[in-house]
Amino acid sequence: MAESDPSLGYLPAIFADWFRVRGWQIRPYQSAVLAAAQAGHSVLLTAPTGGGKTLAGFLPSLIAVSECRQRRAALHTLYLSPLKALAVDVARNLQQPVAEMNLEVSVEVRTGDTPAAKRQRQRARPPDLLLTTPEQLALLLSYADASILFRGLALVIIDELHALLSGKRGELLALGLARLAGLAPQARLIGLSATIAQPEAALAYLGMAGPALHIDGGKGPLPAVEVLASQARVPWAGHMAMHALPEIYERIRRHRTTLIFVNTRFQAEVIFQALWRLNEDGLAIALHHGSLSVEQRRKVEAAMVAGRLRAVVCTSTLDLGIDWGTVDLVVHVGAPKGLSRLVQRIGRSNHRLEEPSRAVLVPANRFEVLECRAAADAVADGELDAAGQRRGGLDVLAQHILGVACAGPFQAGALFAEIRRAAPYRALERREFDRVLAFVAHGGYALERYERFRRLKTLADGRHAVAHSAVIRQYRLNVGTIVAEPMLAVRLAGGRELGKVEEYFIEQLRVGDTFVFAGEVLRFEGLREMSALVSRAAGADAMVPSYAGGKFPLSTFLAERVRRLLAEPARQGKLPEPVKEWLGFQRWRSSLPRVGELLVETFPRAGKQFLVAYPFEGRLAHQTLGMLLTRRMERRGLRPLGFVASEYALAIWGLKPVPEVAALFAEDMLGDELEEWLVESNLMKRTFRQVAVIAGLIECRHPEEQKSRRQVTFSSDLIYDVLHRYEPDHVLLQATREDAASGLLDLRRVADLLARAQGSVRHVALDRVSPLAVPLMLEIGREPVQGEALEELMGEAAEMLIADATRLL
Amino acid sequence: MLLNGEPVRPLLGGGLWVSAQATLVVADLHLEKGSAFAGAGALLPPYDSRATLAALAQLIATAAPKLVVCLGDSFHDAGGPARLSADSRDRLASLQRGRDWCWLVGNHDPLLPASLGGEVRHELKLGSLRLRHQPAAGEQPGEVAGHLHPKASLRAGGRRIVRRCFVSDDRRMILPAFGAYAGGLDVLAPAFRPYFPGAFHAHMLGRAAVHAVPRRRLESG
Repeated sequence: MAESDPSLGYLPAIFADWFRVRGWQIRPYQSAVLAAAQAGHSVLLTAPTGGGKTLAGFLPSLIAVSECRQRRAALHTLYLSPLKALAVDVARNLQQPVAEMNLEVSVEVRTGDTPAAKRQRQRARPPDLLLTTPEQLALLLSYADASILFRGLALVIIDELHALLSGKRGELLALGLARLAGLAPQARLIGLSATIAQPEAALAYLGMAGPALHIDGGKGPLPAVEVLASQARVPWAGHMAMHALPEIYERIRRHRTTLIFVNTRFQAEVIFQALWRLNEDGLAIALHHGSLSVEQRRKVEAAMVAGRLRAVVCTSTLDLGIDWGTVDLVVHVGAPKGLSRLVQRIGRSNHRLEEPSRAVLVPANRFEVLECRAAADAVADGELDAAGQRRGGLDVLAQHILGVACAGPFQAGALFAEIRRAAPYRALERREFDRVLAFVAHGGYALERYERFRRLKTLADGRHAVAHSAVIRQYRLNVGTIVAEPMLAVRLAGGRELGKVEEYFIEQLRVGDTFVFAGEVLRFEGLREMSALVSRAAGADAMVPSYAGGKFPLSTFLAERVRRLLAEPARQGKLPEPVKEWLGFQRWRSSLPRVGELLVETFPRAGKQFLVAYPFEGRLAHQTLGMLLTRRMERRGLRPLGFVASEYALAIWGLKPVPEVAALFAEDMLGDELEEWLVESNLMKRTFRQVAVIAGLIECRHPEEQKSRRQVTFSSDLIYDVLHRYEPDHVLLQATREDAASGLLDLRRVADLLARAQGSVRHVALDRVSPLAVPLMLEIGREPVQGEALEELMGEAAEMLIADATRLL
Repeated sequence: MLLNGEPVRPLLGGGLWVSAQATLVVADLHLEKGSAFAGAGALLPPYDSRATLAALAQLIATAAPKLVVCLGDSFHDAGGPARLSADSRDRLASLQRGRDWCWLVGNHDPLLPASLGGEVRHELKLGSLRLRHQPAAGEQPGEVAGHLHPKASLRAGGRRIVRRCFVSDDRRMILPAFGAYAGGLDVLAPAFRPYFPGAFHAHMLGRAAVHAVPRRRLESG
């Protein structure tokens, strides 16, 4: 007996029976998605985790395919997930309804790990449902047979859509989807997501095949979030939360399975080690982060699935992914940084829909107490922070255009129109498109042309086509937008590889230094080609402070909440006593930062003059601001000596007191000083490297292909220097500057901060350090000197060397 | 400094000044490396020859040498001279005007067309110095070579600084690569050991000065 109410969608008897036999009822939002899809609408489904969201996405496909009388030889549904593991897991879960209803539906996964023969067969004879990743979609679209493969496509399901809404990966996917809409105009999109802050942005993203409907599957109960009120004293500074570990261990003992999220790999290492020192019960506690070898990570995941673990200390590697039913507590150590990510992490516990997820936030220092409190309050208010929407990257666009060309000749005007259907490129101008196209075709350089080395040629009918097949090979090797930092293998002197670590971390080590990695204390023995050789140094203390600032800065939204918490004593009731006392002291000695003003303190200490500002805009923005302010101070003869930045504040010290503090923050800082600094900024060069790789100017360094460092024949830094000098307006430099606005330099927030500061700098001159400044002062000397100060140090090092070197010129 | 008894001066721009002969020596210009990569599919900015020649022009303008010696690998590949743009060709000709010019051949450019101007040689003796592209095995007092693109690393304030450098033990010397797209090889790499088995200095190119740093202060990179 089939349901026939049009608002519920058409559910064939066999499906209705299946639900009934399992004792389930089809959820209202599952019916709504079904009805909408069957009526030919694209859909955004937001629903809490664990409620059958994925099944809702697939029901229309399963029904349509199984009802189809004659065997179709075409791909019906494409499922895209940001994670390989998730695609694999979803495929496994789909087997259940398919087997139990005995449906004639073929489901296959395609990832980078799929054998080449199978991948080839999938293109020739596709399954009904193909589950894959955005990068694989880009690859599939680059084949000449893409138009045949996708001709009959009916549905595209995008899982964890919120994870793809911002960032270059999402931009590339949006372009791929626009391409699909061109190849298969009949295809509709279904986006699946947990609650998101701006459904409008998600709807726009899905809107390339006509407007999408938002189906709201509800929010589920609000998570129960507690800020750990540690019995121990809350430290003034630091990031490791060592004081709270006994309490965390106690929670692990009291729960079935605990996920312990931290912000950096190094925190993960240190906390994992410390927990094992407390682990008198021998609980199965594991470690999971992106630098561990793949085998090691798979082992942990398998043990987790099998329910053999009591706790996993992990980084963002486990933010998304397969459901682990046994997790009943999430512990978040350190600052949450942003609400959406925090809620995502909290959602990893307790997948029973009706019960709230449970989480404990563990602040590692006093400022983090404020941030955790603000975050817990915001979660209780059901708030989320929105990822800033930015214009699609021109580097990503270049990659896409080349991919399109690989599939066959294209007409520029038609491609431009198609690209503008992708939400991130809706405002793209033809002029910009043409510049990017010129870059793809021949480098797009103004002064000299590479006419004879063109990658794209123009056909007689005006269409563009790849000039030779090497271009296609190159494109396929470099597809994707994830540009890894240069990594070095960490290898035991005996030979076994323990994992990989960023080159810059190894660069700061001296032979004999000890550091924590893969759950052990290791001694650095030296570099051998692309490996860092290490030996075990059991029993030793790690000497190298290995906290590298997290990748994610404090979100604008959470920053605002922290500022409000500080400014309004009424909100401070839930803060622990020592923190209240600390704020009380600050109010008495100096002032608390108020909403709408920038508090700046100055005071002398140990023969130096300090200036401390409290913008609460995140470490990246503060670092940029620090560079700009020190430059400006230098220019005014104030002789700054250094600065340190945290997520919350910024301290600069020098030999002279700063007159006219407010004038120091004048907005024109973003003019000359910024330009001057950007030219030589290492962060700018790092940003350029990413852009150049994504755009296809230089190739990714595939570690396995790179036998030794000698083969690195040119560096992107050299290219940057030359390009900047001769063609500062080149489209890749434009793309680099746009990235810098939101990326490593966080220029947009610096600009907003300075705009806010105009006329609202509140300068408090003190005769000694203020309570609020203490945590930052404790960071001085603990943090490695920032890369940008290197040139100055080169001078200092030279001074040092004068005494040392016998023959300085 | 004295190199095998000959007064020389490593210049900030990356060239070596041999005072008694009023000679400027530069190594590994790798002109037209950008277009060589473009031929292989990487469309690097085509301005490297322009940048390299501009830097060389600056060095020549300040030092005013009677003779300029390019220590080999002046072009990135055999096709380089032919790909040099008319602008760069003119620039080169103007640099050669009024002085002697000597191209030593290197492994990247074993043959150089006469149209480039100047003299083409394998080696050149200059006072007590012997100039060639590739350093030779064994003790070679007075040898001045290029080929290896030395760079050195130094720790300062907890971080590393990496710079192109001259390497010398007062007997022989290897010059830094001069080309805008020429990469570097760390002086502590095994490739340097046969030529400098003992103590040496890396003369690192800083922002405002050349810093002589003894081997024991260098960081392995």
